[in-house]
Amino acid sequence: MRLENLCAIAVLALTLYAVRVLPLTLIRKEIRNKYIRSFLYYVPYVTLTVMTFPAVLSATESMISAGAGFVVAVWMAYCGRSLFQVAIGGCVTVFLVELFPFI
Amino acid sequence: MDNKRWFLKGMHDGIPISTGYFAVALTLGIAAGNAGLTALEATVMSLTMHASAGQFAAMELIASGAGYLEMVMTEIVVNLRYMLMSCALSQKIRRDIPFIHRFFVAYDVTDEIFGISSAVEGKLNPFYTYGAMAVASPGWAGGTCVGAILGNVLPDRLLSAMSLALYGMFIAIVVPPARKNRVLAGLVLVSLAVSGIFTWLPVIGQLSPGFRIMILTVVLAGAAAMLFPVEEEGEVKEHEA
Repeated sequence: MRLENLCAIAVLALTLYAVRVLPLTLIRKEIRNKYIRSFLYYVPYVTLTVMTFPAVLSATESMISAGAGFVVAVWMAYCGRSLFQVAIGGCVTVFLVELFPFI
Repeated sequence: MDNKRWFLKGMHDGIPISTGYFAVALTLGIAAGNAGLTALEATVMSLTMHASAGQFAAMELIASGAGYLEMVMTEIVVNLRYMLMSCALSQKIRRDIPFIHRFFVAYDVTDEIFGISSAVEGKLNPFYTYGAMAVASPGWAGGTCVGAILGNVLPDRLLSAMSLALYGMFIAIVVPPARKNRVLAGLVLVSLAVSGIFTWLPVIGQLSPGFRIMILTVVLAGAAAMLFPVEEEGEVKEHEA
């Protein structure tokens, strides 16, 4: 392990642990501020959406296969499929689309 | 139930989580290899971070040579949801359990571990969470390790297909609650559009992905919180499932 990466990983790990441990240990009462609650509630949806799009389109060998995988994953999630099924469904779609030589 | 029973129950419920983790972590390990990390580094990262989106962002940060400040700021924002989950867990843990257990529970608060822990009826015995962690965490770390080692051996076509797994996971977290809640659906669509604009526009497109994610999250989630404040309890509980 290189020192440079080890330091980075240590910084990252400590940050993650702080994010998790601080609320658990500091907050023993319920959060009542409506604005903070709402902000925390919305955060994951914006973050995950922004991380997914448009990065997903350049994740695979071609934008067409990635787009197809993206659409299928959204559709499966919309139909209530589990996290695991959605992830696999997206992968299988990409694989199948890329079997076509012209894509 | 005593602690041992709770632990075994947690292990049992952790099995499907572990399987899913292994598959998704494979792609994480591959991404780690592409980012220039060794298998050992990637595995240590998985064991100490337990964060899909967070680790994904972390690899981009390391690969792009980001400074520590940018790393810390980005990770805080990308992982704010864990803060929310920890807030919820702080209310859920049994009051008669020694305080020190809160430090151990914090080790592996993820969407899935949090999901099953908060789904326990009544108050939470931390040993249930420990049981789930004991099964899920090795799945996550093992998948990362195998992915990082085999990444270069696996055929390109398979790698290409597997790179979609992480995004599929994010989609599976976002879409179902957005389907049930119109405000969330609107927020997701706006985020999608704005993210595209911020990536493709000439000048703004120069922003590093980490900062783009951070800025858009703070602005859009902040605006949503002001325009559509969440009513008590019910709403916040909704996305735990």
